[in-house]
Amino acid sequence: MAHDHDDDRHEHGSELPEMQLRVRALETVLAEKGYIDPAAIDVIIEAYETKVGPHNGARVVAKAWSDPAFKRALLEDASKAVVALGLMNRIGDHLIAVENTPKLHNMIVCTLCSCYPWEVLGLPPVWYKAAPYRSRAVNDPRGVLADFGVKLPAETGIRVWDSTAETRFIVLPMRPSGTEGWSEEKLASLVTRDSMIGTGLPKNPKEVG
Amino acid sequence: MDGIHDMGGMHGFGKVEPEPNEPVFHAAWEGHCFALNRAMGYTGIWTIDQTRAGIEALPPDVYLSSSYYKKWALRLENLVVERGLADADEIKAGHALRPGKALKRKLSAADVPNSLTRGSFARPARAPARFAPGDRVRTKNIHPATHTRLPRYARGRTGVVEALRGCHVFPDTAALGKGEDPQWLYTVLFEGCELWGDSAEPTLKVSIEAFEPYLEPA
Repeated sequence: MAHDHDDDRHEHGSELPEMQLRVRALETVLAEKGYIDPAAIDVIIEAYETKVGPHNGARVVAKAWSDPAFKRALLEDASKAVVALGLMNRIGDHLIAVENTPKLHNMIVCTLCSCYPWEVLGLPPVWYKAAPYRSRAVNDPRGVLADFGVKLPAETGIRVWDSTAETRFIVLPMRPSGTEGWSEEKLASLVTRDSMIGTGLPKNPKEVG
Repeated sequence: MDGIHDMGGMHGFGKVEPEPNEPVFHAAWEGHCFALNRAMGYTGIWTIDQTRAGIEALPPDVYLSSSYYKKWALRLENLVVERGLADADEIKAGHALRPGKALKRKLSAADVPNSLTRGSFARPARAPARFAPGDRVRTKNIHPATHTRLPRYARGRTGVVEALRGCHVFPDTAALGKGEDPQWLYTVLFEGCELWGDSAEPTLKVSIEAFEPYLEPA
């Protein structure tokens, strides 16, 4: 078999050798049955490790911070606006951008599984898919934010979006002050993945100079 | 299904633990597991709702004690065997012992870039939408033993329709293999106290994406 599973390692402990063997067995069977092409498997892995990721979402946010017409279009129909931006090859339907303001902070969750805007943020981090976040985001969002080291003013309202259908959400965070005149590229360097989920804020401009 | 997957509002799972500089996959098998699920989905043998139902069908103790991609691997093994695409003895042997079935299509390496885009779940409507933004609605108190996307914490609750999202494939029907049964989809907004009572964070509002059959006028 052409695939190298030898770099399997990390903290899944004793589960790992079993899973390595089990997934390899399944892949071999599915390939020998003619259902999958192992070359396609490698291309999928490579795409999600290198091409799809939160750098795409950061470019979208930076554009919205710089271009009021784009921001309006993004909030009106994010799928359409992002396609028009031409960053990504294609983008699926039903992407919805939600805007943070001094009065309102948005947070995205999927309490039922792990729905997440893959095309703009890549695959979700482990915590997004795990029980603590999925259980608490909808009834203790300030506690969740504290786990991320984020404290919002008490008067800022919190809006949690539970992704219970095929609509997908991305948070448009507030543009940090002190970034007047910054290029889109420089602005994008402030936009963290978590700030687009709503569990974080953009970086402090002083952090990137 | 009132399963362990329906976690909104449960207590006792502890703190959220973000991992700095987290890799996309923590081990090579996770990437392979992910990609195998994608490639098998591409064949058209099952729908996304059937795969979600496959995760929900894992026993609760297995669900809670398995990593995310281990759940995906167990689900894929189960679906492959249930659909007669391979037998348990073949998966155990790690080799095909019998010829495969003919499937509609097979993902080639060249087709991967275009297959990464999500398809559209919007479908032509069979009737006008029953509700409009601003309408007060109550979610039904339903407890189907099969797949549903109405979370337990939001059943029997009163909220306001905030947006109409179009007419979409209805997961509850699609998961049963009974067709797409398109239904209007709404964003329904609830006050925190409607969901969690007096202990709710006072500034909290929570929305779900609710299909029309989940809703009645309030």
